[in-house]
Amino acid sequence: MDKRIKVLVAKPGLDGHDRGAKVVARALRDAGFEVVYTGLRQTPEQIAEAAMQEDVDVVAMSLLSGAHPHLFPKVVELVRGKGMKDALIIGGGVIPETDIPALKEAGVSEVFTPGTPTTKVVDYIKANVK
Amino acid sequence: MSNEKIQAELEKYEATVAKAIAKFPERPNLPEKRLYTPLDVKGPEAYVDELSFPGEYPFTRGVQPTMYRGRLWTMRMYAGFSTAKASNERYRYLIANGGTGLSCAFDLPTQIGYDSDDPISEGEVGKVGVAIDSLADMEVLFDQIDLGKVSTSMTINAPASVLLAMYIAVGEEQGVPASELKGTIQNDILKEYAARGTYIFPPKPSMRLITNIFQYCSQNVPKWNTISISGYHIREAGSTASQEIAFTISDGIAYVNAAIKAGMDVDAFAGRLSFFWNAHNNVLEEVAKFRASRRVWAKVMKERFHAQKAKSMMLRVHTQTAGSMLTAQQPNNNIIRVALQTAAAVMGGTQSLHTNSRDEALALPTQESVTIALRTQQIVAYESGLADVIDPLAGSYYVEAMTDRIEKEAWEYINKIDELGGAVEAIEKGYIQKEIQDSAYKWQMDVESGARTIVGVNKFTIEEEPPKGLLKVDASVGVEQCKKLADLKAGKPINKMTKGRDNAAVKAALDELEAACKDENENLMPHILKAVKTYATLGEICNVMRGVFGLYEAHVSL
Repeated sequence: MDKRIKVLVAKPGLDGHDRGAKVVARALRDAGFEVVYTGLRQTPEQIAEAAMQEDVDVVAMSLLSGAHPHLFPKVVELVRGKGMKDALIIGGGVIPETDIPALKEAGVSEVFTPGTPTTKVVDYIKANVK
Repeated sequence: MSNEKIQAELEKYEATVAKAIAKFPERPNLPEKRLYTPLDVKGPEAYVDELSFPGEYPFTRGVQPTMYRGRLWTMRMYAGFSTAKASNERYRYLIANGGTGLSCAFDLPTQIGYDSDDPISEGEVGKVGVAIDSLADMEVLFDQIDLGKVSTSMTINAPASVLLAMYIAVGEEQGVPASELKGTIQNDILKEYAARGTYIFPPKPSMRLITNIFQYCSQNVPKWNTISISGYHIREAGSTASQEIAFTISDGIAYVNAAIKAGMDVDAFAGRLSFFWNAHNNVLEEVAKFRASRRVWAKVMKERFHAQKAKSMMLRVHTQTAGSMLTAQQPNNNIIRVALQTAAAVMGGTQSLHTNSRDEALALPTQESVTIALRTQQIVAYESGLADVIDPLAGSYYVEAMTDRIEKEAWEYINKIDELGGAVEAIEKGYIQKEIQDSAYKWQMDVESGARTIVGVNKFTIEEEPPKGLLKVDASVGVEQCKKLADLKAGKPINKMTKGRDNAAVKAALDELEAACKDENENLMPHILKAVKTYATLGEICNVMRGVFGLYEAHVSL
């Protein structure tokens, strides 16, 4: 029996822009995923804890403040530290192309930049969740 | 010509159109009506009540009698990044290039009342704006800028009182009395709860801080705009044009109510309330929105609050072009978008304007991009002719009908929010957030289905190389800022200080502030000013207030 894919949509850091996070969360829900949204201003520790508590398959972070080089890798590290080896970790927001290789190196599977259709995120999750 | 005759001719025209459409269908997703006529607008008998003259109630045609024929709008470029020193250089560059007002962007720790060395600030210092930890940073930020001459807008909300106090203190050091300072603090906490996210305290103490500022400024800083009631971020979060002005005016009603409840006379503070609109992509709808918003606010202030002074009824507005409409794809196209948005804001009669830069869907703007954005305003001002005649689109059947339509939709929302108990309650119930989210989702689905075209995103796309030369704020900014802060807190002199801060004086001022926070009848501004002058940090001051007031618990919904 297929288990529904469960996604934690997370807003790390102090950024208050959540239009993207909420639109993506709703699109994922409409695509049949189970979605939990953290709300604003989550520390990497809080996100990792929520990911574990909710036992999610995917952590999807959104950040528009430019703090992604610091915060995204930290979330990856803490989520992996909780023993969630298979959780798919993805990110999106105002992220320059030049920052993406380092984020992938740090374990962020994919980064979605402005203008990405929500269907692309849905398809990516379906194809890559373990 | 009589209406009957127009009606008869219109029917003939519609019959012709029906035949044409049978052969050549119209493009999809257009406005409901294809053509507007005198039948869609009120006649001359409604002119004085609904439109009147510029500078006259209900101010539909503008708040000043001569508008841009006297003085152009203030070209106020929002800027700030990295350290106070780097931002000070950008401000002086903008002034040297014809910018006519300053607008400070603060980083997120500053906006949420944390020092740069707080663990929660890690990774965010100097990123979306300048890091300000204490008066020492503020002194550097305005170095060689005469606060007696420039007007300064500060995008600061929850800790607005602290940044205003720092600005007053820098003014004093420059020999400029508070009574001469000109500028604006955003100070609009309700839209932070609903759309922007930099809240700290719960609504009750937040509203107290805001009314404390109204009171303090009415007596001590009379030329200061004490609030910028902002629809900008509500629109950025995804609302429609009508929702933008309706939710914002409902917020405005809540602030006026709070100040009256605190014992103020409406005409003592209402003239210093200002607004902040978004200039979005649909040029004519935006012009209609500006016009409708002035009419709605004037009616609110006159009919609901019985204001007597004309100034209390005027909706004076700063505008920013829509950041959310910038595309990361083919970023030079954004120059054209911003030019059209600028045209809308100017034909809408804004008092000041920030134009976004082409690269802001990717990063903070480079100096070259900022210069193009400023030049865009100057071209509209000096070459386009759009600023030569007051309210140039008045009398357009379409624009007048749309002004009436947006006004009607805004009243429906305002009435609904009244029924919910006002803006504070509507936000606490999640109503406003839900309405915005629904509009944002609909927009995105329209883009994805192709019902709405975004050039370069879902049509006319190309393969492109990632853009080069974007502005990057180095992580070393955080390290530098923390080092300065450690020196300050240790009582060592930093920047131009001749001696370090007196930590005993800091503690005494913070204790005094704490006591004042606990006494609801006390105005906090003098106590905050006193603390700021001891070089108490923003984080230290906000921590005292957090201790007494607690934190806002956000309503999370999808």
